[in-house]
Amino acid sequence: MTAVEIVTMLLVGGIALAVVLTKDPLKQVLVFSLFGSALAVLFLVLQAPDVALSAIVVGLAYPVLVMLTLSKIRQRERR
Amino acid sequence: MSRRARLVVFAVGAAGAAALLAWGLLGLPDFGHYRGPYGDVLNEQALGQRHAQNVVNAVVLDYRGFDTVGEEFILFGAVIGVTLLLRRQREEHERATGDRARDMAFARTSDAVRVFSLALVVPTIVLGLYVVVHGHLSPGGGFQGGLIVGAAPVFVYLAGRYVVFRSVDPEGALDLGEGMGAAGFVAVGLVGLVATGAFLENVWPLGQVGSVFSAGTIPVINVSVGIEVAAGLVLVLFEFLEQTLLLRGG
Repeated sequence: MTAVEIVTMLLVGGIALAVVLTKDPLKQVLVFSLFGSALAVLFLVLQAPDVALSAIVVGLAYPVLVMLTLSKIRQRERR
Repeated sequence: MSRRARLVVFAVGAAGAAALLAWGLLGLPDFGHYRGPYGDVLNEQALGQRHAQNVVNAVVLDYRGFDTVGEEFILFGAVIGVTLLLRRQREEHERATGDRARDMAFARTSDAVRVFSLALVVPTIVLGLYVVVHGHLSPGGGFQGGLIVGAAPVFVYLAGRYVVFRSVDPEGALDLGEGMGAAGFVAVGLVGLVATGAFLENVWPLGQVGSVFSAGTIPVINVSVGIEVAAGLVLVLFEFLEQTLLLRGG
């Protein structure tokens, strides 16, 4: 294992822990987006550029869907 | 059961699971050392047999293509489920409150975000189409490229242009793309079945290695998967946006 691989894996693990430990769903989505980016870097380092591409796009589109859902739930709660 | 007894049960269970995990981890092959024979065999054979330089794509859409048909229909089913649920709610809501206040302003975004998002729309679509069409030549393929194309409307939304996007009324085209993409994959498989008796057999001319029109059925499947994935992603996004906007308006 090269140094880059070790650093990236620790990064992914650390951010994954941060996702789990974040309580507020809105903040969690943002941290999760960061997690997706770190995962994309890991895939790139492990020579799977096509998987990295998917990870980037999923990391972009999925938080948007969750945010829309959150926005809907909060609107309902406010009423 | 008392709190103490529960803790004891948990401790025993956790210790057992940890021991099993540690045992399993110790038995794994070293990092980066691949033991199975199939990958090496395919790396040698795929270029000659299928004229596809991206062996991963050749495996997913040809050697293991039947499996991918199933995956494609998992995605198809998920998209249809979300769409049916959200669309039904929307119709009820529309009947109740009418069509008012659709063009409510949404979240105020900064000018910088709007400009950059809008500037990214066309390059994203072009990159996505490139990744789809070159799936058998370079990293990527239908799934990845379709996702990238499907991300373009997210930028349109971020740029605050959703009302413009909506005025195109893409629902019909998206439904059609979602269905045709899924059907296209199966149709290619059936062509193989009729011609040779094996589903998804690569019966089309293989062409010259390295050209866009090569690798037989693989690029055709890439395109149909790309259409399906892009249409599915945009459809789900569209239904979610409609829900949120309706709630803001209604």
